[in-house]
Order: sequence, then C-alpha cells, then structure tokens
Amino acid sequence: MKILVCISKSPDTTSKIAFTDGNSKFDENGVQYIVNPYDEWYALVRALELKEVAGGSVSIITVGNASDEAVMRKALAIGADEAIRIDAEPTDAYYVSMQIAEYAKANGFDIVLTGKETINYNGSQVGGMIAEGMDLPFVSLASKLEANGNTLTLETEIVGGIQIVEIDMPAVISCAKGMAEQRIPNMRGIMAARKKPLNVVPPADITPLTAFESYALPEAKSACKMIEPENMDELVELLHNEAKVI
Amino acid sequence: MATLVYINSENGLAKSAHEVVTYAKKLGEEVVVVTTGSQEESTLSELGKYGASKVLVEKSVSGNDAQQLTRVITSAVESTSANTIVFSHDLVAKAVAPRLSVKLKAGLISGAIEVPNGHTVKVNVFSGKAFGNVTIASDKKIISLLPNSIQPEENGSACTVESFDGNPGEITIKLIETKKPEGEIPLPEAELVVSAGRGLKGPENWLMVEDLAKELGAATACSRPVADIGWRPHHEHVGQTGVAIRPNLYIAAGISGAIQHLAGVNGSKVIVVINTDPEAPFFKAADYGVLGDAFEVLPRLTEAVKKFKASNQ
Ligand SMILES: Cc1cc2nc3c(=O)[nH]c(=O)nc-3n(C[C@H](O)[C@H](O)[C@H](O)COP(=O)(O)OP(=O)(O)OC[C@H]3O[C@@H](n4cnc5c(N)ncnc54)[C@H](O)[C@@H]3O)c2cc1C
Repeated sequence: MKILVCISKSPDTTSKIAFTDGNSKFDENGVQYIVNPYDEWYALVRALELKEVAGGSVSIITVGNASDEAVMRKALAIGADEAIRIDAEPTDAYYVSMQIAEYAKANGFDIVLTGKETINYNGSQVGGMIAEGMDLPFVSLASKLEANGNTLTLETEIVGGIQIVEIDMPAVISCAKGMAEQRIPNMRGIMAARKKPLNVVPPADITPLTAFESYALPEAKSACKMIEPENMDELVELLHNEAKVI
Repeated sequence: MATLVYINSENGLAKSAHEVVTYAKKLGEEVVVVTTGSQEESTLSELGKYGASKVLVEKSVSGNDAQQLTRVITSAVESTSANTIVFSHDLVAKAVAPRLSVKLKAGLISGAIEVPNGHTVKVNVFSGKAFGNVTIASDKKIISLLPNSIQPEENGSACTVESFDGNPGEITIKLIETKKPEGEIPLPEAELVVSAGRGLKGPENWLMVEDLAKELGAATACSRPVADIGWRPHHEHVGQTGVAIRPNLYIAAGISGAIQHLAGVNGSKVIVVINTDPEAPFFKAADYGVLGDAFEVLPRLTEAVKKFKASNQ
C-alpha cells in the first residue's frame, strides 16, 4: 500500500501569538514550529500502522520553504520512508492543495491522508480540495480507518453522532482524534531520519484564490467578578439580568 | 444574481440554518436555498422568514456523499447564477465546501464570524487566539459561517419550495451504519455548555455535570486529559486539538485553563469558572468566578437554576 501523508508545520501550542508589519504578518520571533498535531498524532501514525500490517510505503509531503525541513525530519524520525517538499510559499489552502494533488496524481498513491485541520488556520480545507483536484472520494474527520483488500472501512463524525462507511481505494481521508496514539520518536528513528530522502520538487503554476490581509488579537477580558460559593442564586441572577445568557 | 445557501435539512432545521440564511440576506442579493432529501415542505418554507426567496430541493439524494452534494450545489449555482455560496461551518460543509471551491475555482473562507466588511471577511485563526481578515480574489466566493456567530433575524414570510434536479451522479461512499445518541445536544451548535476537567476526579462524578446541563438545556464538554483517559467521549473534548466552540455561556468546573484549552473556548460570550485554586489561569479568562469545590458548587448551582426556572414560569 502506497500512502501519502500531508504535513503542515504549526506554531507550538504554547507560542505567544503576535503580528508584525502593521498586523499583516504572523510574528515568528521566538516561535518554535512543530508538526501540526492532527497530521502527526493521527494521520502519520495511522499510515505507519497500516504499512506495518500490509507492507508498502509512507511518504510525507509539505508545501513550504527550506526552513520547514526540520519538521519534516521529525516526521521522518517517527517512521515515514521519504519526504517531499514542494518548494513554494504556502499562500492559501487552494494553492497548497492543488500542488499536492498534482504531485499525487503524477506519482500514484492508494491513500492520501491529512489531519483534520491545522491549529493555526483551522480551515479544514486541504483534504477536500485535494480530493476534488484528483476527482477521488473524500471522507472527512475519520476517527477509525481499517483496510481490507481494496476496501477501506471508516468511522467518521457526523452532526450529533458517528457513521461507519466504506470506500474503495484510492481515496483521500482527513484524520481526527481516535485514529491512533501519538508516537514519540526514539534515538534510532532520529538517526535514521537523517539519511532518509527529502526530495525538493518545483511548484506547479497555480494561482491562489484567497489572501489574509491583516490580523487582530481579541480584546482583553475585563476583570473576573467573584461570587461566593454559597451564593449560587446570585450567579444565576447575574447570568440572567447582567450577562443575559439564560 | 443571487446568493446561494446550502442547508443540511436531514434532521430538521437547526438554528445554524436560520443563521446562514440571515447572513446571506445581509449580503444584499436575492437568497436561494438548496438542500437535499425528504424534509417536509412546510418546514423548509419557514426559511423564507429569515430572508430566503425560495428553496430548491434535490429529493433523489439522501445522505451526505460529498461528491454528490458538490454536483448538486454546482447545478444550483448555474441555475441561479449565484456569485456567493454560503455554508454553515459544520461537518458536512467541511467535506463539501473545499470540493466546491476547486470545482468552481471559487475562493473559500471558512470559519467566518462576521458579515463581510467590503470585500474582507473576519475569521477565527490560531484556534481562537486571534482573528484574520481574508479577501477572495475570484469572482465566485464561498463563505462558511461559524455557528453561533450571528443572531438569526426574522424579516419575511414563508417562501416557495421547488423540486430541483441537480445531476447528483453516483454515490462513492457506501453507508454501513449510523449511530446517534438520543437526546444529546450537538456541542458545536450549543448555546450553553457545561464542561469539566480533571478536577472532577473520576467519570463517576459526571452526574453533577449532566444534571446541571439538563437543567439548563446545555451540552456537555470536557478538557483533553479527561477524554484521553476515557472518562468522557472524544467528541466532548474542546480546545486547540479538540472542538472549538463559541457558545453564549461556558461553565468550566475543575479545569485549570491551560492555553490549549482556552484556545477552543475563548470565543464564548460569557465564561464561568469554578475552581478550588485561586491561581488557576482560567480565572483570568473568566467573566464570573467561583472559588470553591465543584462537588459542592455544581449541585448548588443546579438547585439555583431549578429555583430560577420555577419562579420565571
Ligand atoms: C499540543 C497540545 C495540545 C493540547 N490540546 C488541548 C486541548 O485541545 N484541550 C485541552 O483541554 N487541553 C489540551 N492540552 C492539554 C492542556 O495543556 C492541559 O494539560 C489540560 O487542558 C488540563 O486539563 P484539566 O484542566 O482538566 O486538568 P488539570 O490541569 O489537572 O486541572 C485540574 C483543575 O481542577 C482544579 N480542581 C481540582 N479539584 C477541584 C475541585 N474539587 N473543585 C474545583 N476545581 C478543582 C484544580 O485546581 C485544577 O485547576 C494540550 C496540550 C498540548 C501539549
């Protein structure tokens, strides 16, 4: 089985979020990048598990510049066989997805996996866009994935519950919690990752459709009003009359 | 020219359906709704009250196959010459809107939280830690609106409902089974949420949380470690790596307020924090704080809500 896992970098979850250049750019000063948790914990680890059972290969792909190679090496240390970096600024989800769709079409994969969303842009766009770009079925937010011959059985979240569905490969799937457990790379994996291939591919000619013009931070909350633990009638009263939420 | 709204009407019309039609109406064009399945005409025609001029129903499609829905919506875009397509940013939209974006070469803005200001649309980014202002370069535009971001407004009367042949094509995703727990309020749409964390000590103590939620008509949620150790189901996990929510009221008991947790809930209009530790970081993000033991405060709060409801009848 040939599996392609889409990897994005995202700022470490404890990063201070700030902006520069007149609030038009994310301030990378002092920011540590990690593999986007959904891509790492769920998509990549499940891909490795499938390979361990059925054989085949796991490739990881990102659209980004040379500085992203550190997070690619981390994903290789967890166990991916090879990495592909499409050498371009990831301008918007459409641009990124069309780059990956072009590469995946040309190189033939049975499954393309993405994380549910990135924790910086939260768009949940890339998986569906790749699927449409490749004209393949797409199952979003899968929390379980089993392969049986050419058929995949998946559990996915639906409004107010879950659904079990089947599709034939090839297919695109976005991975959510439940899919796998996080794996910590060991020393051997880290050493091996240094020697694994990291191929740099020139981008296809794609025009982005959207642009972030500026950013803003939420206004600070005013001080918290403390209520005595014996006095829950007062809290209910405040929620009704002052906050007007009940 | 029109604005096309896709609505999932399988389980009736959720509040988010009223929100998206209200939102579309504010864009200034005629609003046409497209939906699939066998929902009652009388239910669908109610969307007129929020500004829809008609509802198109593709009755031959049941279920949520994203490729089928993408084809149906594309047909509706062609027949209405719509330039803007609006979704509610729910589970169906997360599969369909990106496909549609590629098919129509229409830029997609997901997670919008306000009506556009000129050509820019405000969205949540960094899991709720910041906002971004996004523009779309293409003529056709797709916006998916985060639930609970605007209030539904009634300004019209019931509208017509028409059958629509949307060329759905084949199903590629075979449905084996659907499991829906009865009576639970889906978390992303809930207006009131009661949530608890590791401070509750064990899954057997969640009855207090459920009692309060039931009394308020709220959904229940939890912190990540609680879902990880299996005290609560995964779909209740809120935060940066769980569900991001923006209810009117978020009550958090026995949750410390780690930055990753706050990221998923700080869009809430009002936050109440119940914690035994005066240094708990959550108090800094709260509107109302109760410094006390959740085991005593939660039942007391449930009683107070009961009393309030009885006196307000
Ligand atoms: C990459 C990454 C992603 C993460 N994503 C998320 C996420 O999406 N969501 C999330 O929630 N976390 C997330 N976390 C974990 C987060 O950092 C915290 O560890 C977690 O939120 C803590 O959960 P908690 O508040 O329930 O538990 P604790 O931090 O253990 O806090 C328990 C709280 O309960 C209080 N308490 C104890 N007893 C009582 C009592 N009787 N009455 C009242 N209060 C009491 C304590 O004072 C304490 O404040 C993430 C972490 C990482 C590294």
